[in-house]
Amino acid sequence: MERTILHCDMNNFYASVECMLDMSLKGKAVAVGGDVENRHGIILAKNYEAKKYGVQTGEALWQARQKCRNLVIVPPHYEQYIKYSKLARQIYAEYTDLVEPYGMDECWLDVSGSIGIYGDGEKIANKIRERMKFELGLTISAGVSFNKIFAKLGSDMKKPDAVTVISKDSFREQIWQLPASDLLGVGRATQKVLTLYGIKTIGDLANASPDLIERRLGKCGLMCIRYAKGEDISRVMPTDFEPPVKSVGHGITAKQDLENPAEVWNIMLSLTQDIGHKLRVYGKRAGGVQIDIRNNQLRHKQWQCRLSNRTNSSAIIAKTAFELFVKNYKWEYPIRSVTVRAINLHSAIEAEQLDFFGNAEETAKRERLETAIEKIRDRFGKHSIQPATLYRDIKMPNDREVELTMPTGLII
Amino acid sequence: MAESVKYRKVYVGVELSVSPQGDVRPRTIIFEDGNKYQIDRLRQKCRAHATKVGGTGIRYTVIICNKETYLYEDDGRWFVEAKDIGG
Repeated sequence: MERTILHCDMNNFYASVECMLDMSLKGKAVAVGGDVENRHGIILAKNYEAKKYGVQTGEALWQARQKCRNLVIVPPHYEQYIKYSKLARQIYAEYTDLVEPYGMDECWLDVSGSIGIYGDGEKIANKIRERMKFELGLTISAGVSFNKIFAKLGSDMKKPDAVTVISKDSFREQIWQLPASDLLGVGRATQKVLTLYGIKTIGDLANASPDLIERRLGKCGLMCIRYAKGEDISRVMPTDFEPPVKSVGHGITAKQDLENPAEVWNIMLSLTQDIGHKLRVYGKRAGGVQIDIRNNQLRHKQWQCRLSNRTNSSAIIAKTAFELFVKNYKWEYPIRSVTVRAINLHSAIEAEQLDFFGNAEETAKRERLETAIEKIRDRFGKHSIQPATLYRDIKMPNDREVELTMPTGLII
Repeated sequence: MAESVKYRKVYVGVELSVSPQGDVRPRTIIFEDGNKYQIDRLRQKCRAHATKVGGTGIRYTVIICNKETYLYEDDGRWFVEAKDIGG
């Protein structure tokens, strides 16, 4: 049976929510900007008026102001974005139980089972679009198609407040002339390789030699060809589906640049406090550690290594991350941001092949100690007990209270 | 020439009645100046965007002294779209 899949994308989500909440912003060029004090002074989102002036997401606030003198920059209100994201999902949920979020402002809906009740995909998309406007004062653009990839592509084709249908009969004429980079899965690196072989459009990609593409891009290349041909068969996951946790990471941009190893150690120790906690909550142990360091020239590098014993201990992860850093970082420039990730996660109850010369006993002892610390934190608060060095000012930014879930990979 | 009317969001007190089934019905609006307005009829209830003052909520279309107006409930707080006479 042919599926009917919708991809709903809330237009300029952050900026639209701000304009909807404060009517005095109507008709003005508006952008949502990060906190300059915490060195997140970039444009996070902008409305169509600001876009006309060439304001771009990700550029510094001062650059945006140069392009548009009357630009109104408002601080982000994440709690409101989460609220309206939830309300939008409640509307989607009235049409199907298969609603898969892709970030805060995008969702796939498989409405194949609801067509008998509400009419075809286009009708459902229009109903949702009208309801969003009336009930939440926000606009969406929706793509309707027979697979997730084309539905997503459709939602990008007409914006804002519009519906695009890409049908099985006409997709070749509709989308094969579009640039290959419009396709989900074709990022900058892939596009570069494709251009080398003269593959510019989605149609070129669909007709490309699979052997050549596999040689150059591996499995992902073959996947892109399937996408271009309309052969994507990935499911829209049910509302309550939680993707398995593949890594637990935490990163920050320091208040001021980090100038020496000691400062990096403090930040890493602080970051891993949360990582250890999350691993325990998920019932996982890490088999490796990955670090991502960005210098003040905004260039970043990533390194990773294995742990000799799997662990959820904050201290061991911090130590390994720091060793990795000391071994690899050459200190050409001071450091702006640091990310630590626990990777190769395994269930905490899964048996492990121990290394004959390893120090599993030490790891177990450390974990028992941290479990005790965790209990104290449960009773008396997160900051009731922590390494002494973290009580000083260690250039950590002020806590962002709201946790955000960003889009994860599509390939499951 | 008629000037366009400006509106502002005014949070109000509301006296409610709650049925054993949990249905909430606003009965009286207590305006910021302390005046009380009896709600004569509740015509409709739906989620809607407050187009004049911004924000959204559960919108109650109510009749007060033969005039239809909207009363919104958002996260436990109630507001109306009041004509801004001063502005």
